[in-house]
Amino acid sequence: MNIIESFQMAWRSVFSNKMRSFLTMLGIIIGIAAVMVIVGLGNGMERYMTDQFRSVGTNILTVNVYGRGSTRSIDDEWMYQLAADHPDLLDQVTPMVNIYVPAKIGTENLTRTTLGGVSESYLTKVRSFTVAQGRELQYIDIAQRLKVCVIGAYVAQVYFPNGAVGETIRIGGNKYTVVGVMAQSGEKLEEGGEDDMIYVPYTTAARLTGAALNQYAVTVVDESRASEAKKLIETELEEVFGSDGAYYVQSMSEMLDAMTGMINVLITILAAIAAISLVVGGIGIMNIMLVSVTERTREIGIRKALGAKERTIMGQFVIEAAVTSAIGGVIGILVGYGLSMIATQLIVVLMQENMSVTPSNASIAMAFGVSAFIGILFGFLPARKAARLNPIDALRYE
Amino acid sequence: MEELIRFDHVSKHYQMGDTLVKAADDISLTVERGEFVAIVGKSGSGKSTCMNIIGCLDVPTSGEYYLGGQAVSQMNKNKLAEIRNRMLGFIFQQYNLLPKLSVLENVEVPLMYAGMDRIARRRRALEVLETVGLADKTRNLPSQLSGGQQQRVSIARALAGSPAVILADEPTGALDSRTSREVLEMLQDLHDQGNTVVLITHDNSIAVTAERIVRLEDGRVVYDGSSDDPAAVVTHDEPLVRRSRRKGGTPA
Ligand SMILES: Nc1ncnc2c1ncn2[C@@H]1O[C@H](COP(=O)(O)OP(=O)(O)OP(=O)(O)O)[C@@H](O)[C@H]1O
Ligand SMILES: [Mg+2]
Repeated sequence: MNIIESFQMAWRSVFSNKMRSFLTMLGIIIGIAAVMVIVGLGNGMERYMTDQFRSVGTNILTVNVYGRGSTRSIDDEWMYQLAADHPDLLDQVTPMVNIYVPAKIGTENLTRTTLGGVSESYLTKVRSFTVAQGRELQYIDIAQRLKVCVIGAYVAQVYFPNGAVGETIRIGGNKYTVVGVMAQSGEKLEEGGEDDMIYVPYTTAARLTGAALNQYAVTVVDESRASEAKKLIETELEEVFGSDGAYYVQSMSEMLDAMTGMINVLITILAAIAAISLVVGGIGIMNIMLVSVTERTREIGIRKALGAKERTIMGQFVIEAAVTSAIGGVIGILVGYGLSMIATQLIVVLMQENMSVTPSNASIAMAFGVSAFIGILFGFLPARKAARLNPIDALRYE
Repeated sequence: MEELIRFDHVSKHYQMGDTLVKAADDISLTVERGEFVAIVGKSGSGKSTCMNIIGCLDVPTSGEYYLGGQAVSQMNKNKLAEIRNRMLGFIFQQYNLLPKLSVLENVEVPLMYAGMDRIARRRRALEVLETVGLADKTRNLPSQLSGGQQQRVSIARALAGSPAVILADEPTGALDSRTSREVLEMLQDLHDQGNTVVLITHDNSIAVTAERIVRLEDGRVVYDGSSDDPAAVVTHDEPLVRRSRRKGGTPA
């Protein structure tokens, strides 16, 4: 009897009792599907996070200066000088000034629009926007504290459908002239999205808010050296302030790593919990196989009388368990796929986010392997019981 | 003639609490190739015990059993399985067909364990089913056949591997008298074709089909000789009567 025939025999046996076989497989099906959805969710979350961070720029360091308890401070010149001194690590520098009063166009308050002051390098160099109309902010705007602004594609589309350049926006009681419109950068134009923004020269913004400059964005030349660049800035700031409570440097790529690390830990724990149901499924298979061996005692006796060796009987039952479990695995994979697709749709509908739940091929291959292995593992004991049955007793069994 | 089966002081003892049950007690006998032997005896006389030993399903507690000149006690489980497959064909009282396999597949089982390939197996199975007159039932399940037909399938299965010995344990026990006769005739035919047949029965009227009778009582051989001798059908606790009224008897 060759191996193909053994599989055919197992296949027939599994199919001759569909309901029982299905119930036997159920634990495996649930386990495999659960592991797949969870791993898929993890992959989706990781990809979503990475995309989110990418759109802001994983090459950006954000420097916050509180100056707490120190009489000394730093200014924009200090930051520019730092970048100029380390061209191998640091690239662009821009002060960031948050403006909390809403901008006004006509009579409408733009409460959800991102509004801030930046340098001429921010939009195209730090954020990699491109100019759609007019121009971006220039050094002269900053130096002369001009009341000009550059707007995002969303603002332009909604408020200035007939061309924005030359139009005015009111911020904190002053009129700002729109000098440029940026091209769309986000996936879709939406309120509060990436393209819903207004930027003015940081010098102008600082005068408006009256606060000292305390936030900077710095880009690193090489993303893989972000930690090194961060360390450098921290060391320099430490020298100025003499205390590490006076500033905070945040690296987007470090944050991304931390986030994905956390997601991975979470997913691993969840997947491990789901994997327990695989073990439970395996025990279910063992249970049913033991019952089946008892039920088929006479069959085993007959087969032995006709010349089946112990290892042949053993093989028959192990293969049967493995086939049952593997079929469960395949069904589980299909169910897992289905659930992943449903989950993706649900996330789109419920959370308005484009996060896809995508089980990786590796996880599918592993799920299948694990289910087959569980069948063999938990089929072993019943199979051995069958193989060791005494043929005389087995033949007498009613 | 060539010696096929030899019991050399074979005993099978079971310790049941304080008492020692001698299921087979110092049995010595030989069966030659081509013989038709019936082992008879009352219930509990040790027939099945002997049959299990002859069939290599069980080993004696003492003494030696030689099958085809080989000492069976020297064989491991794998070797025993192989011997059962190659040298023995079993016919059981309860037919013992595999209920989920078709008639054809049932006959193929011993051939499959013998490692015969699929096509050769099928051809051989059809051939033996033809000889037992079931060529038209090959696709049926055993449950769709009458008792007599099922027993014929099991005869076909026993024959398929061309074994040295055909062992039939109460083959007519579950059949009516007419079908019983058919089955016995079939065994007779097998014998006529040169097969060695060992028939186990409690029924004298069936035992006389064989040319030689071995009578057991309490695990001992009390008669071994021709079935024509009136002494063959005498038991020690019953008068000398040829009990033909029990012909076709009921299951033990
Ligand atoms: N496994 C066992 N354990 C203990 N005693 C046994 C065992 N098998 C058989 N015996 C005893 O051995 C004796 C012979 O049994 P055996 O089955 O050989 O009888 P038999 O001639 O086949 O009877 P029957 O016609 O009823 O089938 C009986 O007394 C039986 O109780
Ligand atoms: Mg018996």
